Amino acid sequence: MYLLNRHQRHVVNYSWMLFSLLIIAFLPFMLFGGLYFKSFLLLKTHTLKDLVFSHSWHPSRGEFGFYPFIVGSVWVTLLAIFISTPICLLTAINVTQYAKKRFLRIMHPVIDILAGIPSVVYGVWGILVIVPFISRYLGPWFGVQTMGYSILAGAFVLSIMIIPFILNIMIEIFRAIPTELKEATLSLGTTKWQMVKHVLLRKALPGIIASVGFGLARAFGETMAVLMVVGNVIKVPHSVFDPGYTLPALIANNYGEVLSIPQYDSALMFAALILLAVSLFFNLLMHFFIARYNKY
Amino acid sequence: MKRTLKAEETFFRVLMNLTTAFILIILGIIIYSVFEKGMKAMSWEMLTSVPSGGYYYGKGGGILNAIVGSLVLAFGATILAFLIGLPVALYMNVFLVRRKRLVNLIRFILDLIWGVPSIVYGAFGFTLMVLVGLQTSLLAGIITVTLFILPIMIRSMDEILRTVPMGLSEATYSLGSNKSELAFKIFTRQSVSGIITAVLLSFGRAIGDAASVLFTAGYTDNLPNSLMEPVATLPLSIFFQLASPVPEVQARAYASALVLTVIILIVSLFSRGLGKRYHKTKINF
Amino acid sequence: METAIRIKDLNVFAGKTQILNDINVEIPKNEITVILGPSGCGKTTLLKCMNRLTDLYPELKVSGEILINDKNIFAPGADISKLRQSMGLLSQRPYPLPMTIYNNIAYALKLRGVRGRRKLHLLVMDYLKQANLYEEVRQRLREPASRLSIGQQQRLCLARGLAVNPDIILADEPTSALDPISSRFIDEKFQEIKPHFTIVVVTHVLRQARRIADNVIFMYMGEVVEQGPAKEFFENPREEKTKSYLEGMFN
Ligand SMILES: Nc1ncnc2c1ncn2[C@@H]1O[C@H](COP(=O)(O)OP(=O)(O)OP(=O)(O)O)[C@@H](O)[C@H]1O
Ligand SMILES: [Mg+2]
Repeated sequence: MYLLNRHQRHVVNYSWMLFSLLIIAFLPFMLFGGLYFKSFLLLKTHTLKDLVFSHSWHPSRGEFGFYPFIVGSVWVTLLAIFISTPICLLTAINVTQYAKKRFLRIMHPVIDILAGIPSVVYGVWGILVIVPFISRYLGPWFGVQTMGYSILAGAFVLSIMIIPFILNIMIEIFRAIPTELKEATLSLGTTKWQMVKHVLLRKALPGIIASVGFGLARAFGETMAVLMVVGNVIKVPHSVFDPGYTLPALIANNYGEVLSIPQYDSALMFAALILLAVSLFFNLLMHFFIARYNKY
Repeated sequence: MKRTLKAEETFFRVLMNLTTAFILIILGIIIYSVFEKGMKAMSWEMLTSVPSGGYYYGKGGGILNAIVGSLVLAFGATILAFLIGLPVALYMNVFLVRRKRLVNLIRFILDLIWGVPSIVYGAFGFTLMVLVGLQTSLLAGIITVTLFILPIMIRSMDEILRTVPMGLSEATYSLGSNKSELAFKIFTRQSVSGIITAVLLSFGRAIGDAASVLFTAGYTDNLPNSLMEPVATLPLSIFFQLASPVPEVQARAYASALVLTVIILIVSLFSRGLGKRYHKTKINF
Repeated sequence: METAIRIKDLNVFAGKTQILNDINVEIPKNEITVILGPSGCGKTTLLKCMNRLTDLYPELKVSGEILINDKNIFAPGADISKLRQSMGLLSQRPYPLPMTIYNNIAYALKLRGVRGRRKLHLLVMDYLKQANLYEEVRQRLREPASRLSIGQQQRLCLARGLAVNPDIILADEPTSALDPISSRFIDEKFQEIKPHFTIVVVTHVLRQARRIADNVIFMYMGEVVEQGPAKEFFENPREEKTKSYLEGMFN
């Protein structure tokens, strides 16, 4: 019935597991190494400072200033975080402290579905709803002429995309607060609101910060949805109604043309390297932050 | 003092209800607008034929190439990720149970690479492809997407496997099993529902992601017929159709988005349903 | 002898299962009343009813009356914050608030309406001394309370419980997580402050009950089996169940 005897099967299984594990263990290094290796061509002729702070992006002339893309990415990401953090925080408090328990059971599938909707579908939705909303209502309301494809549109769409991610963590954090702490607080004679404001928020603060940090890392690398609504104009944006360009969009939009100019190829890999570095940095930071806080 | 507190609480409770409603409404609007726009261009032809010549200028045909392509690619990647992921998750929870620090280090690494944006995997996959002389192809797409969903798969399985009680391992050892038998026979059986959920979750991610296949899988109007040839995917077909200036083609992009959304919804429904059903066969301690 | 808490026909249901069954109890003022009983018999639930912490559990349905100063605490319109403030709670494990040691007590004082930095400071020091904690923490008042040892945390919680200026102290197995010395201290503290407070203590430990109890309420499976003065209870139990419990049959 079996090809191999019991011991042989054990050996095969075991080596298979070990091999798989090694793949995983080396993946981050391979990612970093591969992208760094590919960026090398660019880094050889340009200083890091030039690349990050120069405005001029002319691949055919060998000028690779990433500044507009970096600024675009930072704006979109920070705006998205500013929009979704309060929404998530208030909703998490509502769902865990005020709403009926049944409601949490409704909320979980909602979060799952929001998290599962593909990036392009968010992009489509952004084009259908957000972009016209900005060009027809929000822009004129602020007295701005805009096509709608803008930093703000990117931020809006992105903020919706990271809501399930941040909200999920925040709900877990509030749920993890022991009931006994709530009992201890209430028994001092606080109202429910005082308990939430003075004790639960403080207790949850490290977790809240971490969830926002994770959300930030996630938002920074989001590609398709933002690309579809942000406008893709290589210019440093001056207002949120200006179109912009993000680092992931830069990579995604230009992959077809790169092969003709070797340095261009290298530049896109450098953009990917920046994304990887930002993601790793923020995730590391948050992990250490949590580890440190858990000691208290 | 008391009154301002009360007012403050009322204010924030109203705000809380608004944000909660906002999230529910947004989900409603997303689903509604995708369905509303998508249904208009939806037709039988869309679902059952590949693009004919001039499809991207509004002529006939459909997106069967992308539907089949996406399914094949996502299946391939999910299976590959499963073959690598399950052993890792088992290894962590059976062989390394007593080495907490090592397991936590692995979890930490997995969480790190879970956070890496898919476009980075796309760029990396492209580099890898060029390195080994591979063209944009189904195979390259599968490999890239596999890397991208691996951490998701392993960590979700790991979260399930770590809840398998120690007593079960002891009981199995006392029957004379070795560790890999314990891992593959007992642990997997005990965690079927969780493993299925993890697989479906990964499948959903695999089928929905565009940035990782953009460089690697390529695009074609044909149905996939070889690992070595490019393959169309739904997210990219949406993306390309939207880029067209022709309104009919844009409308088809909405229909394609609807198809993708429905697939995702079905997958998530399945994972909920199956997850619940298999729970019943689990031994409770 | 005055009655501080009078419980009438108290029933608590969780869904269909009855957790407390027709509880009728009188808890005398300025004495220590110990609630005894095997695990799961409803001691904690009874205690939580007294300051309406049962409100936190929507699945619990409470009916009956608990009269404190002749006012039913379940009456509509009762000021729950005030009610809870009139009772200090000491739970099984210490739960310091996520603040500094100083603020743990200052927060309780502010809730009771104490204003002014100087006054606050003096009172905080006073309560720390009462809980025998002052010497150990006076150098680290601005540190997070969670850095204290478990025993110190429980004493901090005692100080915090006293700081709301309650009439009644509810303690749910307050020493079960503590080392013998901290336990001893809490027991002695209860004896010492007895003249000014009504103290209700839940415990598993018969020895502790014998040492501190003036009155005993013995519960079994959600019902009160026997209640009365401690001396009688221990030397001359009326019920069979009590006798077998005292002989250690349930443990
Ligand atoms: N919120 C609740 N929902 C459902 N059942 C509950 C709830 N709270 C308590 N119970 C049940 O009520 C019974 C009494 O619980 P309680 O905590 O009051 O017991 P106890 O006497 O304090 O036990 P122990 O000595 O172990 O602390 C238990 O069977 C418990 O499972
Ligand atoms: Mg108890």
